Amino acid sequence: MTSTVTRRDFLRSSAGASAGLLIALYLPSADRLTKLGNRREAVGLSPNAWLVVGTDDTVTVYLDKSEMGQGVMTALPMILADELDAAWHSVRVEQAPVTAAFIALRHGRLSTGGSTSVRTSWDPMRTAGAAAREMLVTAAAAEWGVDASSCHTESGKVVHAASGRSVTYGAVAAAAGKLAVPAQPRLKQASEFRIIGTRAKRVDTPAKTNGSAGFGIDTRQPGMLVALVKRCPVFGGKVARFDAAKAKAVPGVRHVVQISSGVAVLADGYWPAYKGRDALTVEWDLGPNATVDTAGIWKMFEDRIAQPLAVVRDTGNVAAADPDKTVDAEYRLPFLAHATMEPMNCSAHVRADGCDVWVPTQNQTGALDTAAQITGLSRDQIAVHTTFLGGGFGRRSETDFVSDAVEASKAAGAPVKVIYDRPDDIQHDGYRPAALHRLSAKLDANGWPVAWTHRFVAPSILARYGARAVDKGIDGDAISGTGDDFPYTIPNMHVEYGIAESPVPVWWWRSVGHSSTDFVIESFLDELAAAGGKDPVELRRHLLAESPRRLAVLNLAVEKSGWGTPLPNGHARGIALLDGFGNTIVVQVAEVSVEAQKVRVHRVTCAVDCGMVVNPAIVESQMESAIIYGLSAALMGEITIKDGRVEQSSFHDYPVMRMNEAPKIDVHIIESSEHPGGIGEPGLPPIAPAVANAVFALTKKRVRELPIRLV
Amino acid sequence: MPSFTVLVNGRPHTVDVAADTPLLWVLRDAIGLTGTKFGCGMGQCGACTVHLDGKAVRSCMTPVATAAGQHKVTTIEGLATEHGHRLQQAWIEEDVPQCGYCQSGQIMSAAALLTAHPTPTDDDIDRAMSGNICRCGTYGRIRSAIHRASKEA
Repeated sequence: MTSTVTRRDFLRSSAGASAGLLIALYLPSADRLTKLGNRREAVGLSPNAWLVVGTDDTVTVYLDKSEMGQGVMTALPMILADELDAAWHSVRVEQAPVTAAFIALRHGRLSTGGSTSVRTSWDPMRTAGAAAREMLVTAAAAEWGVDASSCHTESGKVVHAASGRSVTYGAVAAAAGKLAVPAQPRLKQASEFRIIGTRAKRVDTPAKTNGSAGFGIDTRQPGMLVALVKRCPVFGGKVARFDAAKAKAVPGVRHVVQISSGVAVLADGYWPAYKGRDALTVEWDLGPNATVDTAGIWKMFEDRIAQPLAVVRDTGNVAAADPDKTVDAEYRLPFLAHATMEPMNCSAHVRADGCDVWVPTQNQTGALDTAAQITGLSRDQIAVHTTFLGGGFGRRSETDFVSDAVEASKAAGAPVKVIYDRPDDIQHDGYRPAALHRLSAKLDANGWPVAWTHRFVAPSILARYGARAVDKGIDGDAISGTGDDFPYTIPNMHVEYGIAESPVPVWWWRSVGHSSTDFVIESFLDELAAAGGKDPVELRRHLLAESPRRLAVLNLAVEKSGWGTPLPNGHARGIALLDGFGNTIVVQVAEVSVEAQKVRVHRVTCAVDCGMVVNPAIVESQMESAIIYGLSAALMGEITIKDGRVEQSSFHDYPVMRMNEAPKIDVHIIESSEHPGGIGEPGLPPIAPAVANAVFALTKKRVRELPIRLV
Repeated sequence: MPSFTVLVNGRPHTVDVAADTPLLWVLRDAIGLTGTKFGCGMGQCGACTVHLDGKAVRSCMTPVATAAGQHKVTTIEGLATEHGHRLQQAWIEEDVPQCGYCQSGQIMSAAALLTAHPTPTDDDIDRAMSGNICRCGTYGRIRSAIHRASKEA
């Protein structure tokens, strides 16, 4: 397949293939994602850039979100196809090009993160599908000379029941394409959904079982060089001077060039680039961070928390509450790396008049603007090609790997693929911020909490964007769940937060602020239950009396987990809740034991209310995924700093959960008619406190630091 | 550069690469078979798993010199065996892949397991599969898919 393939060729070839859902997989070596305007021939109806109803009865949905495992390549087309009343097997999915039309549909920014894809696409994609459906009905009715209201649609056809006539969408698509796009088409009632709510198979699975799925690292272009970058091991350090002679002596090495992030060795393939980088001599200017270590960072946090902080919430009067008992605790969370399976990478080809970027990115407009800034080209001279992402978890919202590839290609005058090896990936990440939390609560004579004081400091991700991103000293992401969105009712609350300076770069990590705050809140709540003589479920029910939706999720998890029923000797349960990401509530119960002073998680029961569900199979998968990712962090995850450098380098010293350690997980979804909430992240935050609370139930040892250590 | 002939998926490929080049990069860079993935380069994650004479090996730690000549290399693209087909179908039925990056390696490890143990126990699966990391946490589904493929044998 070459770049001259037209939409008509593509549609024809696809239509000729066997029945079943077809997917136009992105092939890094063949650029089909040329501008829409080149391929108008078979376009029957395209009410907006997301959708084309072909004259050959195919429906093409352009995916402008990044598929990183969370299922958007399947879920978003399901939403649109349902309102269109398309036959699901006639729907194909193409990765959208990063063009003005798509950027405009997403209000200026093409990106994937924050568990927002389904919830922000729900209304506009339904509207797009419904508008197209209405246009197809109008066109068919006009052809038949009947009233549009006497027609209906079913599975890719317009039907006039009274006369027994029907016509396929493709046959009336061209006529429909000449009509005005209705601004407010009628949307279906939930009871009319035929695709939404089903367990439709993921469209990307076949390609992900036979090696054909194209990830960024699989990009191949004629004459492409592979680059590895030698980066300063100390954060903030710079190249003082380098000697390329030994690197250039390695057969296959073509160029050695300095770029912003270090010195890039460009070669005919990964292996000569790797050996060339090994042979390269670089002298570093280590900068001001060469003596930073983890203990020093904690000292900075301790100094910061002793200073005045910004007030996040102040309700009632914590000082006036008259306690029967007071509970105090300090919690600490470490820096964490993302460790996606596909290491960071990006390919770029910079030319005088244009630039291609092939990249597994969560941030298409960021990649576009990064390339524009480096090359001096305009946005429309740059083509960003989104590949499959071998995991994202927030890491791929960054653009450091894009800069590397564009700078290296510009310097070499050739297409270049930059690959991070695993130590690069672990040691040059943007890290989940470490955090220091101090809490104090008062219990009344009956053991119920009546006052809650919470002060915490952490490095801010949003502060990187300047003062405007941080309102009155508060990073809105960092305080998730602690302020007005605190899920429980406690009459007197005082919450303060402060930005801690950090030499360690910080970045979004799956579930962002909640990954820290939920551990602290749910663990401390468990401390209050113990101090007040309450069962952890009893306490939560009491504090959720005014929150029926949260209470229902809690009760489902309690019921399905068998909370309170006997367990094998040496096992115990813990529970935790999360409310966030738009409209999603998750409660998890973990069953644990301790074997050889290590925590073993046997079973996790997960109840979730995420509003209306597009595809329950994907919701279940995302809960499982977030639980395992969260368990890796809770049980093993920690990035430490010595001499200004990250001490960990790969999976032997930054271990992650493996199959023999993974618990059995069962997921229970609450049926709901609420607007959909996020699903990629909310399953993560409650697992660490659920496990930590189970450890307390078992050992009476309270876990106040992650990762969980029993010795 | 020395020259090596490697038999991959039944076809001989002659490549001019340094003798210490890992099989992984011969497959990916020299031959263009990108279904085998780079994850860590240290044999810790299993993303690069292929079969060498029917046994699962980490191609990132296998120098080309030891895979060349009469040895048979099988990659995900060439897993056309009965086991391979059943596993791929089971992977689809159980909705296993999420990001999918590790799944070539997972399926290659699973195929080698089924050759050695046509009806593996959970312990057999743990032993054979715990060298393959999945950051999307698809472990439970991989286990179910292996059992499914084994039952359908």
